[in-house]
Amino acid sequence: MFRFTTPRASHGPHEGKADCPLSVYDLTVAYHRKPVLWDVSLDFPAGQLIGIVGPNGAGKSTLIKAIMGLIPRASGRVRVFGKPYAQQRHRVGYVPQRESVDWDFPIDALDVVTMGLYGKIGWCLPVRPRHRRQALEALERVGLGEFSDRQISQLSGGQQQRTFLARALVQDADLYLMDEPFAAVDAATEQAIVEILKEMKRGGKTVLVIHHDLQTVAQYFDYVVLLNMRVVASGPVETTFHQENLQKTYGGRLTLLDEATEAIRRREKTL
Amino acid sequence: MIWPLHCFIGAIILLSMILGDWGFAVAADSITDRRLQWPRGDQWVRLLRLEDYNTRVVVCGATLLGLAAGIVGSFTLLRRRALMGDALSHATLPGIGLAFMILTAAGYKGKSLGWLLLGGTLTGVMGVLTILLIRSTTRLKEDAAMGIVLSVFFGGGVALLGVIQQMPAGHAAGLEGFIYGKTASMVAADAWWIGVAGLGSALLAVLFFKELKLICFDEGYAHARGFPVPLLDLLLMALVTLVTMIGLQAVGLILMIALLVIPAAAARFWTERMTTMTVLSGFLGACSCLLGAGLSAIFSRLPSGAMIVLVAALVFLISMLLGRARGVLVRRWRRVALNRKVDRQHLLRGCYEYLETMKFLDAKERGVAARVVPLDSLLSMRSWTLGRLRRCVRRAIDEGLVERDWSAGVRLTNEGLVEAQRMVHEHRLWEIYLITHADIAPAKVDRDADAIEHILDAEMIAKLEAILQSRVDQSAVAASPHQVQVPGSMRPASSTGVPK
Repeated sequence: MFRFTTPRASHGPHEGKADCPLSVYDLTVAYHRKPVLWDVSLDFPAGQLIGIVGPNGAGKSTLIKAIMGLIPRASGRVRVFGKPYAQQRHRVGYVPQRESVDWDFPIDALDVVTMGLYGKIGWCLPVRPRHRRQALEALERVGLGEFSDRQISQLSGGQQQRTFLARALVQDADLYLMDEPFAAVDAATEQAIVEILKEMKRGGKTVLVIHHDLQTVAQYFDYVVLLNMRVVASGPVETTFHQENLQKTYGGRLTLLDEATEAIRRREKTL
Repeated sequence: MIWPLHCFIGAIILLSMILGDWGFAVAADSITDRRLQWPRGDQWVRLLRLEDYNTRVVVCGATLLGLAAGIVGSFTLLRRRALMGDALSHATLPGIGLAFMILTAAGYKGKSLGWLLLGGTLTGVMGVLTILLIRSTTRLKEDAAMGIVLSVFFGGGVALLGVIQQMPAGHAAGLEGFIYGKTASMVAADAWWIGVAGLGSALLAVLFFKELKLICFDEGYAHARGFPVPLLDLLLMALVTLVTMIGLQAVGLILMIALLVIPAAAARFWTERMTTMTVLSGFLGACSCLLGAGLSAIFSRLPSGAMIVLVAALVFLISMLLGRARGVLVRRWRRVALNRKVDRQHLLRGCYEYLETMKFLDAKERGVAARVVPLDSLLSMRSWTLGRLRRCVRRAIDEGLVERDWSAGVRLTNEGLVEAQRMVHEHRLWEIYLITHADIAPAKVDRDADAIEHILDAEMIAKLEAILQSRVDQSAVAASPHQVQVPGSMRPASSTGVPK
């Protein structure tokens, strides 16, 4: 196996610090033996808005999913506030990609948000009016109070995205992982979502956001992770988000890595 | 969608029953008379009063089966696992055959339902596991895996039945009842079991409603939040298995899938809420089974499975047409209503713009009498046929927005004028917005505004007004941002029939 040392984020494997919201050590993920993430090691700072940026196929979604154990890890360790994710689920809010669900499903916006409380409500117990009130408050926070009884396919793309955001908010977590919350939303919704993110930050939350638009990175985020199958760079936006690193992330083709994975893929096919 | 296929099979079986002597489905019955007899009056009465203890129990059992299948079916439909039930039920046949052979070899006489169903469950679950195995180890997709397993297991089962027919005790087995469904072969004890198991699975589904709903809607999120998705899927499959097993006798393994899919699909047309859908699906399933089993009790030659499926299909058809939430007619009606609204707006705007260009609106003292618009002007402003314009005008007259004028034109009433002013204002606001904020060429903007303005609500209009405050004067109607094309205005007024 090839091993790439990560240039800037080479932390020692210190055992989980309770004040660090999220630490990833030596994370490697492979789909059908084709590696998607190589040796990712990161310590995310607390109470900041963190952007994860990288080209298509760089493994951004994979990173988030691997952190939560939705995808099996080939190797590596993840610590959330110093403990394994499985023990800290209640402290982690997740906003999946909008395309990941069937919006034709027969539920309304309030129902979707209430799902954020299912973990708290407990097995087999019914949703009570106070849970609905909580969910409605979360919907109002994202500006969708009046749409609570709309069937979800009757919401616009931006409203659907905000519904997902409300579902994560209602959970009142400490760490949020968001998979492209700005994908295919209009400018006004994007502003609304940014305001909510900043409010969350003021409330002491740590928010990880997968982001596509390089123009707005410096404006939205405090901390940035540049990802392209491995961590190219990570650090505060002012010091890390510059042309040279972007060139490394987007421009510099990883020829050796590409060739290696291509060779593996070809061999898989012939086998 | 698979339901038409099953309705078709149901209809074929029914037809073959009615047409008589081919009777492949009733081959097990050795009665010589195969004609269908219309029941006598007293037979109807006996059925409706549920006087027969056996009929009573069978109908109750079938109804509970329908309830359970409807409820469980609403989850599998939304989880997109509906066809899994089909594969499962088909794969039960070899198990039933094998169980019968083993029982006979062991010296049991007749058939023991519990053991047969246990055998069926074993091969059914094996079938589902085979599908999962094929899917995870090869590059085949689920539908291909399902097709293979379903047909191979069913084929194996049919072959086993052939062997059983050769056995001395084979003819008495009546195992074909499992294929097409035969409530008549049900004894009271069976019906009790069906009832208990049906209620049990319905209760389980209700108990885990929240969790099942979550994995149906957003599996990834459920997983991330720590819900054991595979375990919940297993629960769902167990419920499907249970329902299928108790349904084999009444509905038969070929048509069992119909009971899992049709009520749920029908319920979807009536509601946008999953709770309502699940309850309604259970209700429709129960009704279908009640009626189907009842009909089959009267016409003893008709297999109950086919009757139940056909009743369910009728329920589906009605729901598809009339369903309040997404029925075909409702949608059609909504489209017609929108088209009419758009036509009305176009008519009023056409009138207004004509009058505005002709400066007839300034002559306030002449009032309604002056607000005459010739039909041919309206016709050339929009690409309408004369018939469409006439229909549109007739509706507008009914609503009191315009009056018919003696000179082949229409007159805008006071009400119509107010409405037209509002509409033109909104149209132009949107046009200005498109030009200033969306960089659309003024010449193109009329059509683009047309496409959207009809769905603008009051809130949007208020927003537009706020955005465009500086650009729009405070009058009731904003000025048009582009040249208004009114054909009549280019011609002498007399030729268009406008009174001077």
